[in-house]
Amino acid sequence: MEIRPILSALMRNKASLVLIGLQVALTLAITCNALFIIGQRMDHMHRPSGINEADTFTVGSNGFTADFDVHATTAADLAILRAMPGVADATTANSLPLSSGGWSTGVNLRPNQTTATAQTALYLVDDHGLDAFGARLVAGRGFRPEEIEEVAFGDQLKPRVVVMTKALADAVFPDGDALGKSIYLHETEPSTIIGIVERMQQPWAESDSIEYTTLVPVRMPYGNASRYVVRTDPGRRDEVMKAVEQKLTEANAGRIIGRMRSMEAIRAEAYAGDRAMAIILGTVIVALLGVTALGIVGMASFWVAQRTRQIGTRRALGATKFDILRYFQTENFLITTLGLALGAVLAHALSLWLMQQYQAPRLPWYYVPVGCLCLWLLGQLAVLGPALRASRVPPAVATRTV
Amino acid sequence: MFGYYLQLGLRSLRRNPVLTALMVIGIALGIAASMTTLTVMHLMGSDPIPWKSDKLHYVQLDNWSADQPYSDDGRPPDQVTYRDATALMDAARADRQAAMFKLSLPIQPENAEVKPFQALGRVTYADFFPMFEPPFAYGGPWDRAQDAEHARVVVLGQALNEKLFGGQDSTGRSVRMGGIDYTVVGVLGKWNLRSRYYDLTNGAFVDPDEFFIPFTTGIDLKARSSGNNSCFRSPGDGWDSYLASDCVWIQMWVELETPERLAEYHAFLDRYVDEQKKLGRFPRPLNNRLLDVNEWMQDQQVVSRDIEVQTGLAFAFLIVCLVNTIGLLLAKFTRKSSEVGLRRALGASRGEVFRQFLVESGVVGLAGGLLGLLLTGFGLLAVRALYPDYRTVAGLDWTMVATTILLSVVAALLAGFYPTWRACRVQPAAQLKM
Repeated sequence: MEIRPILSALMRNKASLVLIGLQVALTLAITCNALFIIGQRMDHMHRPSGINEADTFTVGSNGFTADFDVHATTAADLAILRAMPGVADATTANSLPLSSGGWSTGVNLRPNQTTATAQTALYLVDDHGLDAFGARLVAGRGFRPEEIEEVAFGDQLKPRVVVMTKALADAVFPDGDALGKSIYLHETEPSTIIGIVERMQQPWAESDSIEYTTLVPVRMPYGNASRYVVRTDPGRRDEVMKAVEQKLTEANAGRIIGRMRSMEAIRAEAYAGDRAMAIILGTVIVALLGVTALGIVGMASFWVAQRTRQIGTRRALGATKFDILRYFQTENFLITTLGLALGAVLAHALSLWLMQQYQAPRLPWYYVPVGCLCLWLLGQLAVLGPALRASRVPPAVATRTV
Repeated sequence: MFGYYLQLGLRSLRRNPVLTALMVIGIALGIAASMTTLTVMHLMGSDPIPWKSDKLHYVQLDNWSADQPYSDDGRPPDQVTYRDATALMDAARADRQAAMFKLSLPIQPENAEVKPFQALGRVTYADFFPMFEPPFAYGGPWDRAQDAEHARVVVLGQALNEKLFGGQDSTGRSVRMGGIDYTVVGVLGKWNLRSRYYDLTNGAFVDPDEFFIPFTTGIDLKARSSGNNSCFRSPGDGWDSYLASDCVWIQMWVELETPERLAEYHAFLDRYVDEQKKLGRFPRPLNNRLLDVNEWMQDQQVVSRDIEVQTGLAFAFLIVCLVNTIGLLLAKFTRKSSEVGLRRALGASRGEVFRQFLVESGVVGLAGGLLGLLLTGFGLLAVRALYPDYRTVAGLDWTMVATTILLSVVAALLAGFYPTWRACRVQPAAQLKM
C-alpha cells in the first residue's frame, strides 16, 4: 500500500494536517458528549407517569362570593362532571403527576419517628380517584365511598387507609409484603395500606424519588378552591374540555373556573427544559458536522488544485484514475484517524469535566467508537468530490507550464 | 493605505465567492451559537439592581429539625416562618425591611363585561417599594402607618391596571378581591424586571406580580400562600397553629446601607436566634445567612446548568469554526503566493503584506459578524419558543450587538494570523520564476 509516500507528503504540509485533525478531534469530543446528553434527556422525558395521559385533564374552581359553600359546590361539580357525556370518571385531587405543584410528606413505620423512612408525594382523591387517573391497581383495592373523609382546609391528615405505588411499597417494605401493613403519615395515627398501584409519578419531574407516591381518601378544598381530574372516553378529551367551563359556570356563577390543562400539556410543560436542551444540542451537532465536512471539502479542493501538476505527472507515469482517487481517500483517512485518536482523549476529558462540574454520569464507552465510525465515513464522503476531480486531471497537464 | 487594503481584500474575496461564503458562514454559525447562549446566560445572571444589590440582603435562619438538616449541604431553609418574619419586622433593626409571600386572589372587576379572574400578587410591607424600586405610573406605595393599621389598600401592577381600568390613573378607586374592597393607592409603570430575584423560591422567570397588598391585611385573610411551604413536622390544625408553627413560607429582605450595618444586623440575628433557643426552638447550630442579591442568585442557581453547558459547547463549536476558517484562509492565501511575490518584488515590506492580508481576514470577520448577528436574532427567537419563561432574558441589547461584531472580527483576525504570517514568508524570487 502507498501509505508511506502519503505520510511523507502530509508531514511536509503539517499545517493542514493539524487543522483538519484538530477539527475532527473537537467534533468527535463535542458530538459524543452532546449525543449522550440528548439520550439522557430523551430517556428522562419518556418515563411513563403511570396514569392515562391521552384522555385526562384537570380543571379548577375558585369561589369569590362571601357566602361561597365550597363543600356543597365540590359535591355538585363532581355529580355534573360524572354525568357529562364523554366523561369516563372524575375525582377531586390536590395535584396530578408532573404538574410541578403538590404536597409531599415523610412515610414512617413507627409513631413519632424522627427521621422519615421515605418521602412521598400525596394525592388527595376520592373513591373515583384510581379510575379517574387511570392508574393500574396491582394488589388490593381502591377506596370505598364510606372511606372518603371531608377535611377542613389547614387541618391535619389522618387517613385510616392509603393506596401507594409499588416503588414506594417496596422501598418501605423491602420484603414485598406491604399490603395490609400500617404506615404513619400523621405523627401518631396509623394508616393501613389497602392497595398498590403499578405506577403513579409525583408532581415534580426532577424529583429524586419520582415514583414514591401515596393516595389518601380525603377531600380537602384549598380555601375556596377545589380541583378536579377528569378522564374522558378515548378521543373525546378536547370536546369535553370545551364544554366543561360553561357547564360548571352555569351550576354556580360565584366562582372562577380555571387552570384547565390537559395531561399532555402538563407533560410538555414539565419537560420543556429537557426538550429544549435536546433540540439545541441537536442543532449544534448538525451545524458542527456540516462545518467540519465543508472544511474537509475546502481543504481537499485546495490540495487538489495545489497538486494538479504532480497528479498529472503521476498519471503520465502510469497511475490510474483509481490510484489518484485512492491516494486522496487514504490521505483523508490518515488525517481523520489522527484527529480521532486525539478526539477520543478529548471526549473523555470533556466527560470528566461534565462529571465534576455538573454531576453528570460517565460517557458510556461505545459512544467514542461509534462516533469514530461516523466521522470516518463523513471524512471519506467529504473528500470524495475533490478526489474525483483530482482523478480526472489529464496526464497532459504534466507537460504544460502554468 | 487601509482603504486600499480594504479594496484589495474585497476584490480578493469576490474572486473566490464559494470559499469566501464558506468562511463567512462558518464564522457566522459559530458566532451565532455562542452569542445566543452567551446572551441568555449573561442576562439570566446579570445584576438586576446594580446600584444597590450589595445593600439588599436575604434573611435565612436555620429553624429546622434537630434530627435532619434542611438540605444535605448544610444550607439553612430558603424561607422563614411567620413568627420569625413578624418578630424581625417588629424589631425593625435594619434600615429597611420587608417580609413577603405570594398570594393568588380572585378579582371581581366593576366592569360586568370582564369576567372575574384569578390574579397572582404579593403580600408585603411598605418598605418593599423603596427597597426594590419599582417605577410608579400613578400614586405611590402605602406607608408604614398603613401597615400597622391593616389598611385595605392595593398597589396595582401595570398589566392588572390595564385590564381593570384601561391603563388610566386608578388611584382612589376600589378593587374587589376575594370579596373585599381595596383602595388603589398606586399603579406601577413598566417594571423591566429581568428575573423576579426577590422571590427565587417560587421561580426566577415567571410573570410579574399583578398586585401588592399590605402583609398585615393579607394575614387577616387567613389565606395560605400560593408559593412554596415547607414543614419538618405537622403544623397542627387551624390557622393560628399554622402561624405559630415552624413551617417556612415567607421571604424576608433587609436593606443595610453599610458593611458596619450588615455586621450589626448579623449580630442582632444571632442574638435573636439565641433568645429563641431558650424558648426551645432552633435546635440546630447557629446558621444564619444574609446573602446579598447576587450571592442569593448564585446560591439559587438562577443561571440554569443547562444554559451553562449549552454555552460551553457553543464556544467549543466556535473554536471548530475558527479552526475551519484558519484552514480555508491558509488555502486561499497560499494560492496567492505569486501575487505576494510580485508585491514584495515591487518593494512592499513584509509588514505591508501582513497588514493587507490581516485586513482581508478582518473583512471576513466583519461579514461573518453581521450574518452572525442576524442568526443570533433567529437563535434568540428559537430560545424564546423553546423556553417560554425566558422571554425576559432572550433579547439583544446594544452591548451584545457590539460584542457580537467585535467577537467576530477578533476571532477572524486570530484565525487570519497564522495564514497571514505564512503568506508573508513567501520569497519573492521563488514566486517570480516561470
